[in-house]
Amino acid sequence: MLLGPSLLLSAVLFTIGVVGVLLRRNAIVLFMCVELMLNAVNLTFIAFSQVLGLGGQVMVFFVMTVAAAEAAVGLAIILAIFRHTRSVDLKNINLLQG
Amino acid sequence: MSAEVVFYLLAAFAVGSALLCITQRNVLASALWLVSTMFSLAAIYVLLQAQFLAAIQVLVYAGAVMVLFVFVIMLLNVGRSASDIRGLPVRVIALLVGVGLMVQLFLLSRVTPGSLAAGIGITAGAGSPMDAFPAGQAGADAPGLQGVVGAIAEPLFRTYLVPFEITSILLLAAAVGAVVLAKRKL
Repeated sequence: MLLGPSLLLSAVLFTIGVVGVLLRRNAIVLFMCVELMLNAVNLTFIAFSQVLGLGGQVMVFFVMTVAAAEAAVGLAIILAIFRHTRSVDLKNINLLQG
Repeated sequence: MSAEVVFYLLAAFAVGSALLCITQRNVLASALWLVSTMFSLAAIYVLLQAQFLAAIQVLVYAGAVMVLFVFVIMLLNVGRSASDIRGLPVRVIALLVGVGLMVQLFLLSRVTPGSLAAGIGITAGAGSPMDAFPAGQAGADAPGLQGVVGAIAEPLFRTYLVPFEITSILLLAAAVGAVVLAKRKL
């Protein structure tokens, strides 16, 4: 039963994901950091499903599906933005800044 | 080697890969380090008795999703660019936020089945703390009775059937949306 260590690992990975989102300006890397956070949450679900039953593993299934859909739509948006500004750097994507 | 030692080795590998993923200047290297993190997480899922999800993690995450990422990176040819890591003020803020979040989430590492039972107000009785969680015990026994895939399929297609169907609608919407967004002209 590796409940505590798994939760600690998931906390560390989630924090790394948050720091990555704050640190990077590349939109694609930002997306990868979001995926890292989703993976950390999946690990929490699986760790707790050891104790609380298989519902947690089913939830991981749903999280993976939503993450795949999110990646497809998000990368399509990045592609459309790249056609417009010839860049994926967030400092060039400031149309909403006013 | 005991399961604990293997777990800590894989955990160190996952954290190291994740750190390299967010610090690599080359976007493609970043993506490949993320694949490495996902593989170590898949191995950890096996240690946590979630073999089916470990396979799905490798197939869907490290396979399909990351191939999509690498495909877009190569399509846009953004591999070699100037450093996109933000300046010193943002780095300090990121460090502070990271430390703050870590301190809060560190409490999670002290969770045990016993403390969980006490926290939600179930008395564990005299035996092992796991006796307070019949669903967890049934979940641990299910792969032996129904097989690894059957143990997941039973709740997925009985208790969670409606969310499962809604997920298929979401996937259809995402596929249509991705095509519409990526197309130059409709």
